[in-house]
Amino acid sequence: MAKRGALGIAATGAALDAPAAPTRRRRDHSATITFWLFVAPMIVGLGLFTILPIVWGFLLSLSQARNTISLGNWVGLQNYVSILRDGEFRESMVTIVLFTLFIVPLTFVVSLALAMLVNGVGRGTGFFRTVFFIPTAVSYVVASLVWRMGIFNGLPSGFANWLLYTLGEEPGLPFGLGQLLLDFFGGNRVVWIGTPDPPWYWLVLVTVRLWLQVGFYMIIFIAGLQEIPRSLYEAAWVDGARTGWNTFRYITLPGLRNTAVAVLLLSFIAAFQAFDEFFNILGGTAASTGNQGLARPPLVYLYRAAFTDQDYGRGSAGAFILTALIIGVTLIQGRIFGFGRKA
Amino acid sequence: MASAPMAQPTRPRSRLYEWQRFAYRYLGPALRYIVLIALALLFLFPFYLMIRTAVITQPEVASFDWVWWPQETHWRENLEGIFNDQTAPMSVGLRNSAIIAGANLLLQTLFASMAGYALARLPVRGSSLVFFLILSTLMVPSAVTFIPSYVVVANLGGVNTLWGIIVPGLFNAFAVFLFRQFYLDFPVEIEEAGRLDGLSHAGIYWRLVLPNSIGVLAALGILSFINSWNAFLWPLVIGQHPSSWTTQIVLSTYITAQTINLPYMFMGAVVGALPLVIVFLVMQRYIVEGVRLSGIKG
Repeated sequence: MAKRGALGIAATGAALDAPAAPTRRRRDHSATITFWLFVAPMIVGLGLFTILPIVWGFLLSLSQARNTISLGNWVGLQNYVSILRDGEFRESMVTIVLFTLFIVPLTFVVSLALAMLVNGVGRGTGFFRTVFFIPTAVSYVVASLVWRMGIFNGLPSGFANWLLYTLGEEPGLPFGLGQLLLDFFGGNRVVWIGTPDPPWYWLVLVTVRLWLQVGFYMIIFIAGLQEIPRSLYEAAWVDGARTGWNTFRYITLPGLRNTAVAVLLLSFIAAFQAFDEFFNILGGTAASTGNQGLARPPLVYLYRAAFTDQDYGRGSAGAFILTALIIGVTLIQGRIFGFGRKA
Repeated sequence: MASAPMAQPTRPRSRLYEWQRFAYRYLGPALRYIVLIALALLFLFPFYLMIRTAVITQPEVASFDWVWWPQETHWRENLEGIFNDQTAPMSVGLRNSAIIAGANLLLQTLFASMAGYALARLPVRGSSLVFFLILSTLMVPSAVTFIPSYVVVANLGGVNTLWGIIVPGLFNAFAVFLFRQFYLDFPVEIEEAGRLDGLSHAGIYWRLVLPNSIGVLAALGILSFINSWNAFLWPLVIGQHPSSWTTQIVLSTYITAQTINLPYMFMGAVVGALPLVIVFLVMQRYIVEGVRLSGIKG
């Protein structure tokens, strides 16, 4: 947590061991009473809805808990063994790793590119920033609806297929480009969601998240860019860095170090917990699970384990495996990027 | 003449040089604008598609020729269509979402600000331990623990209730961290003035500190409003009965149950997203600040 400064928050030294406040006043009882009154909602709330679930969930993961959420029927590590042996669970881990490998670098590159484009544009900065940022206000459900029912619905009247038809056939792009396009997508009646081969549903899933989240990370990058002192660029110019690539490589990127780590971590944690778009684009609330089998991320798997199969013990075991993975990767990522080191 | 002008190492004004200058001055910026405008159109396209399909008729939407904008817009019919749909009650969903998001806006920020202020400004032994405890809960990714959380809330009788959806989300440890940072830099003079006026600690907080931290309160409040309006997984888990559905659950039912036609569905999306887009545009300054603050999470 000891990372700030790059984003304009006052640096306060090591947050954890700093005394809460300078003890220049004599100890007074009203301060003590007020303190505990003020932190009470937070402590009770976190205790009840974060700590207790973790403890209870852990105990539940060691119990046989089918159709019940009470403890008592201890089975040791059996839930962990059985979920790790389950091919579907392992498949869901592969799915989410693949998804993360696509979405995290893409988000990083696109949001950084947007930030640099918007930041240096001069006139119109505010307008463009707003345009790229608005999708943040839209929910995954709404975006899934637009993507699944509007753009990629697979009917000839769906936008993507209409576009393919228009560009590919009538009137079609010149110089055989249209035909090239049709060959690439395999015609103009593409089933975007619903076939494992070719897996176009990945295009749908990746673009929807990209559209929803790059504006958010762009804002973080813009804040980071504005923290880099202008004088560094001037100095670089004097030192002979002429091309845009050189200033980017030697000034911008190192200056964005802390911001970049934050963006990578936040987008990784978010991607690993993907649920909404997979649930709504591939499956749904209806009894039929639709195309959910195509790509079932761990959270969808756990949702089914707990609320369809009513096996809370196994569901909890899976939740802990996933939590451990996320914490592990976060720590490794922090190690690699030298977390807490002075930037 | 002692001060003969030194020969300046000027570049020859070659054609290449002129061309470079021209490119640097005009071509680069022009190219940048073209790329930006193209990207802007791409980013706005889903909004266009949403609104266009919400005001169209079913035959037009199924047409092989793309109807960019209908001859006649059908705002009223399609709007009535979704509010008359009984299988997925949109009016209930909107009401629930408003209550949930409103409660989050007020209480999440209030609790976090109170705790942050106490940790930053009230000299009490053990306060760093409390701070450490609160921060340590950040290690746990929130969405992953939805099953254990469900178990606890179910035991407390929170299934199918609005409080079951609201209360577990009110305690934001990261916001405590941000508020503590903010209050560490809060001017001491304001508090001293309050003390001279005989205000208690709580009085100082309520009358002087809170009104002077509107910016941070707004930034984090609006973000929590948007997040809880748009939340899906937790309301899906807790709100199993239609009476406790949120807007997002209603829309999700539209997508999968397919009991209504496409224009109605998109009108639902417009109704569910428009309030937020407006809030977003009006409050953008605060939201940008809030996101900037979120950037220091990690």
